[in-house]
Amino acid sequence: MRHLLSTKDLGRDEAIALLDIAEDMADVANREVKKLPTLRGKTVVNLFFEDSTRTRVSFEVAAKRLSADVINFSAKGSSLSKGESLKDTAQTLAAMGADGVVIRHHASGAPRVLAESGWIGAAIVNAGDGTHEHPTQALLDAFTIRRRLHGAGARGRGLDGVTVTIVGDILHSRVARSNIWLLTTLGATVSLVAPATLLPVSIAGWPVTAGYDLDAAIDNGPDVVMMLRIQAERMSAAFFPNAREYGRQWGLDDERVGRLPAASIVMHPGPMNRGLEISANAADSAQSTVLEQVANGVSIRMAVLYNLLSGAVVA
Amino acid sequence: MSILITGAQLPDGTSTDLFIDNGVFTTPGTADRTIDAAGLIALPGLVDLHTHLREPGFEQSETVLTGSRAAAIGGFTAVFAMANTMPVQDTAGVVEQVHSLGQRHGYVTVQPIGAVTAGLAGQQLSEIGAMAQSRARVRVFSDDGHCVSDALLMRRALEYVKTFGGVVAQHAQEPRLTVGAQMNEGALSSELGLTGWPAVAEESIIARDVLLAQHVGARLHICHVSTAGSVEVIRWAKARGVDVTAEVTPHHLLLTEQLAAGYDSRFKVNPPLRRDEDVLALRAALADRTIDIVATDHAPHPPEAKECAWDEAANGMVGLESALSVVHAAVVESGQLDWGDIARVLSRKPADIGQLAGYDAAFALGSPAHLTLYDPAVTRTFATTDLRGKGLNSPYLGYKLPGRVLATIHHGYPTVLDGELVDAHEVAAQAVAREASQK
Amino acid sequence: MTARIVLQQADIARALTRISHEILESQRGSSAAGSDLILLGIPTRGVLLARRIGALLQSIEPGTSTVGALDVTMYRDDLAKNPTRAPSPTDIPPGGIDGKTVILVDDVLYSGRTIRCALDALSDLGRPRAVRLAVLVDRGHRELPIRADFVGKNLPTAVEERIFVRMTETDGIDEVTIE
Repeated sequence: MRHLLSTKDLGRDEAIALLDIAEDMADVANREVKKLPTLRGKTVVNLFFEDSTRTRVSFEVAAKRLSADVINFSAKGSSLSKGESLKDTAQTLAAMGADGVVIRHHASGAPRVLAESGWIGAAIVNAGDGTHEHPTQALLDAFTIRRRLHGAGARGRGLDGVTVTIVGDILHSRVARSNIWLLTTLGATVSLVAPATLLPVSIAGWPVTAGYDLDAAIDNGPDVVMMLRIQAERMSAAFFPNAREYGRQWGLDDERVGRLPAASIVMHPGPMNRGLEISANAADSAQSTVLEQVANGVSIRMAVLYNLLSGAVVA
Repeated sequence: MSILITGAQLPDGTSTDLFIDNGVFTTPGTADRTIDAAGLIALPGLVDLHTHLREPGFEQSETVLTGSRAAAIGGFTAVFAMANTMPVQDTAGVVEQVHSLGQRHGYVTVQPIGAVTAGLAGQQLSEIGAMAQSRARVRVFSDDGHCVSDALLMRRALEYVKTFGGVVAQHAQEPRLTVGAQMNEGALSSELGLTGWPAVAEESIIARDVLLAQHVGARLHICHVSTAGSVEVIRWAKARGVDVTAEVTPHHLLLTEQLAAGYDSRFKVNPPLRRDEDVLALRAALADRTIDIVATDHAPHPPEAKECAWDEAANGMVGLESALSVVHAAVVESGQLDWGDIARVLSRKPADIGQLAGYDAAFALGSPAHLTLYDPAVTRTFATTDLRGKGLNSPYLGYKLPGRVLATIHHGYPTVLDGELVDAHEVAAQAVAREASQK
Repeated sequence: MTARIVLQQADIARALTRISHEILESQRGSSAAGSDLILLGIPTRGVLLARRIGALLQSIEPGTSTVGALDVTMYRDDLAKNPTRAPSPTDIPPGGIDGKTVILVDDVLYSGRTIRCALDALSDLGRPRAVRLAVLVDRGHRELPIRADFVGKNLPTAVEERIFVRMTETDGIDEVTIE
């Protein structure tokens, strides 16, 4: 693997190998010295054109636990917000000797452009691009599901037979896209639930089923319910009338959580709008994996950085 | 200057010698220069109804001179220059400036297009009458790049332009349906996470405008038709007798949305590249004359406008240099159009729509000598070295394309010889001499 | 090049038995109780050897030792020169390594670099009272000041020769060959 741009490019064995490495990385978090010397002397740049403290910190912790030097390059107050082009930024980072670039960008495909431009030779990790993909989020979600289902015996396994329902703003969600590809590659069955305005106009070729009715989806007793964040600006753009109606139709409220099988898990990539797409009780219940997802994010990102940066550079 | 062209094959398939003297085709005499055209096709000088020359205002992208040179190497002898310059071509002064720059450089006839609305702002009509009556004799009016989306304003424009015998060329794009649009809306845009540009945003405007044109009895031209649905609407309108003409770009005849998958912004264009079935419908429509002409929408951009993420990149591709080869590949090799059809869709008909004189009787004795000699037998891998404008944003770099323009003659003097541009001073001198002889 | 068998099943068993006795012998007189002994195998075959030695210790003096695994992939100094390796699990017995005597177990001792990695890894996991090294084969050619405390067989080799340790659990047979 040279870059991690999309989960669509990941094969099943490749994905399972990453999850297995993450298992090893997870053990490091429980040690007294939470650090490995693996990436000593490597430089990882967090290039964030879009604010995301959570994701940036997660990558930063991951890189530091592997002993890499971390440079944070954020849009606010820097040349990135003053119209410096992606090309100039990339060439600057290349000149500084960056080995890996973790990029968050508001434009879909920007990581791919960076990877294929020839402006920089570093390994590129997509940390969320526009409404395209967020591969490490999907990997950590898959990791979280696998651990919940298989515990210590998770290594080497996929997600065969697992049913996952993703609920919310599919149209704008890079988390949904990455999860759809990865979870189905790992053998899970994925269904989508959203108002018609928040489903893409065509999902031909997506290995999923889609519907509008959350209650029907809940009654199917899925193993996993993954709630997506609703952005406030979607209301003003007429995707749905108001928060109250959205919550009533597509929110995971206490009543709906109560109807889920006890073994089902509830996921959310965060940050949550409590009371909108997810109730406080649902978010804090034993079924919720929200905090595990955060912890697992570091392990997954360590695994990705290890995978991309530790080996010999393949020309 | 007199030129003898021997053994050229005319668009109708016959072979003949052509003699040019004093700017027109005439009976053979003593030639200053002889061009052996055996194996070459002689086409009437190509006319592009849709070119962006960028001057004044965006000279880092293109100038009248560089755009004229790009046109000449592509076999063109006339281009219609779109109005989205800075200042906008919405007054007699600006259109006359562009027109005279074209005349001075001499590679092609530069016929400015006037803006429909002042500043392309879509608020009030520009000085259409003044532009029509200026030395530039503007007959085509377009806000290209922007849709005249206000229905009442469009109605008034169609009506008002009638007064001066002009035509409104509509950029059909419902703005509210295409806020932030990046590529064709469909399964691929969903996967790539790029905001969709739905076909209906084009088709709904065309449907509205053909009905408006019929209602007020005006002439309407549709720019860069890109969808199968648009073809259906235009076919229906023509059957009803609406006075509508339509153009398709070379790229919409050859390329599909699949090229967006790599986020290479060279393939970002407005209207966007569409599906396979759209490309096939556009080819069929060009063949059955539902679509009247091919126009390049040549849109040069400096490198920095394309060296960025897809969302941030400028729309547009350069097209003058590659147009004839691309059309050749798209519809001639498939047998849908012959060279006679090419002469119609790339010369006679666009000149007719734009009311440009001198293209109605190609090769006839006494008519202006605009022609291009094309070698259809060669194949080349298209590269930046094939470009002559400032823009390198061609989608065909690395593509194998058929054919090559070997000579272009504008008003009887060569602008391209042996596949290369004639020196700018020489061309300008010829243009000045011709001007002088006209007076 | 043809393979030459240098140790057969019985030789390996005998060597491990001897190592086990030597380990116990070395512990006598030390203040540490037997249960403070931790055998950490280095993946892959070091782990299998550690388990076998652990079983032998258990049969000779029950309750003397626990067995685990110590993966050193993340500590290697040649990561950047090879394709990315998949790490193996590290398994430290409950109670950790602080104050314990750790016996590192590996199949072949060669340059000493793997053991250097293991020592680094150990220091990140805690502070053992002492660290010893047991190997099935010592083939020489050390590049670091490291030596084994317990050796199954000293095997002089040429640098271009390769040593293969095969074990029933992974390879269906117990043998050591030189090729």
